[in-house]
Amino acid sequence: MSEILVKVENVIKTFGGLVALDGCSLDIKDKSITGIIGPNGSGKTTLFNVITGNLKPDSGNIFYNGIEITNTESHELFHLGILRTFQIAHEFTNMTVIENLMVVPGNQRGEKLLYSLINSQKIKKEDKAIKEKAIDVLQFLKIEHLKNERAGNLSGGQKKLLELARTMMVDAKIVFLDEVGAGVNKTLLKDISESILKLNQDKGYTFCMIEHDFNFISELCDPVIVLAEGSVLFKGTAKEVKMNEEVIESYLGKGVKK
Amino acid sequence: MDFLNAIILISNFIIVPAITYGSQLALGAIGVTLIYGVLRFANFAYGDLMAFATMIVILTTWYLQSIGISLGFLPTALLALPIGILITIGISLFFDKTVFEYYRNKKANSVTFIVVSLGLMFVLNAIVRIIIGPGDINFMDGHKFIMKAREFKNLTGLNEGLAIKSTQVITLITTVITCSLLFYFLNKTKTGKSMRAYSDNEDLALLSGIDPKKIILITWVIVSILATVGGTLYGLDKSFKPFTYFNNLLPIFAATIVGGIGNPLGAFYGGFLVAFSEITLTYAYKKFFKYLLPENLEPNTLIQFISTDYKFAISFAILVIVLIFRPNGIFKGKVI
Repeated sequence: MSEILVKVENVIKTFGGLVALDGCSLDIKDKSITGIIGPNGSGKTTLFNVITGNLKPDSGNIFYNGIEITNTESHELFHLGILRTFQIAHEFTNMTVIENLMVVPGNQRGEKLLYSLINSQKIKKEDKAIKEKAIDVLQFLKIEHLKNERAGNLSGGQKKLLELARTMMVDAKIVFLDEVGAGVNKTLLKDISESILKLNQDKGYTFCMIEHDFNFISELCDPVIVLAEGSVLFKGTAKEVKMNEEVIESYLGKGVKK
Repeated sequence: MDFLNAIILISNFIIVPAITYGSQLALGAIGVTLIYGVLRFANFAYGDLMAFATMIVILTTWYLQSIGISLGFLPTALLALPIGILITIGISLFFDKTVFEYYRNKKANSVTFIVVSLGLMFVLNAIVRIIIGPGDINFMDGHKFIMKAREFKNLTGLNEGLAIKSTQVITLITTVITCSLLFYFLNKTKTGKSMRAYSDNEDLALLSGIDPKKIILITWVIVSILATVGGTLYGLDKSFKPFTYFNNLLPIFAATIVGGIGNPLGAFYGGFLVAFSEITLTYAYKKFFKYLLPENLEPNTLIQFISTDYKFAISFAILVIVLIFRPNGIFKGKVI
């Protein structure tokens, strides 16, 4: 059995009267591709928001590599290698695609104010290296022709690819993908799933993905976690999930058996 | 000859003053726009921050003069600028730490921030009045004119003179330098790009590992530099009176919104747009038409669209018109 990378323990998150996460506990194994499914409103995106620091849980703990990260800010989590994409793609609207990517890598020399004003040769070299990396990433995802396009002008699917590209700019440990396949055409979807597999196998990325397309999930993910009403209903391989009666029922919208 | 006289007249009373005033507004508007972009609120204390900064520069100038240091034909205030900038950065960071950070941590909405900045405006205003008094102060020393109207007349033999004050040239040069550095910083450096990224999409910026504390710190530093430079140039060109800085908030906000709030380049152009509208609409064109029209058609009124007493009405009208017809400004900023 491989190591546990992210551990979520009894997390509760409420929005006013609405309980989004109700004592949710789960583990994500290192170097796995974990899929998360569940009906609408079952707390999938909230779970991502809580893990990646966008929201603070009301109670419960989250561990990363055994270190508690429950109330850590998202920009600090980034430096630990925890990245995410958004269900509705986010981008820096007024920057070009390549600038969008070049903003990402944290902690280089150019970040220091004094250095950036002096603009030494070193920074230029680093800048060039980052640019090359950005172009590599764009080539990998086959969107190199868009590099000078304003990100705000991209289509929905292209924005999703840009989101994925962003996570590839740094050596992430774990990437949370929130419906990366939604709104992307079939051919592109195949490319995306290939890149996910490749990143997972070659670079050892751990993925955790929310997805509604069960075929996509069953191709990539092991294990699959089913969320319902803010807690884990079932965990198993894609096949097991498909066979499970409770899961079928919750997806059909009959409500969960108590 | 009459045509040339008319052109000189317009240059002397409209173009030169509007470029100067426009630069001063542009520096102010860029400051307001940066705060809005990064901290997401309209900072009403900005005019009085400029007054505070200028006051520090004046006090330093007086000190330098008292120990016999001057810059010759340049105003001593230029030598006092760095001290002014440092102290203004200090007070900005102090108020950010003691006031704004508290509301940021509480995730207060932007209306709360505006009201808080209004409060801060009164505090700063009071500090300035207590220390230096509410009266008019002229701290311009060095040569007043680069070219006097009479010299120009003698030189060219025209009826109209073109006077160029040294403060006007200093304003233009300083603005060009400051803005070039700023736009280079925002567009070319990594930190500048992170700042733009943070302003564009905060959530995404955080998830891209951009440290918000650093961005906010840098924003206050830049804004303080702009406030000190802009405030000092305005004070050198006209004179220093705390109340005028409060008054200038209106044209500065008009410039910010015309250019699209959150967009520094827009704010830069917005400053000039507001300055030119204000000056062209309040200038009396009687003499201008006297030169251009035949004698029997000469106007016998002032031909002034609006009295200078109402110059703020122009900024206000621009503000309202833009907000109604193009709420995100000419250069596409954020919609308020």
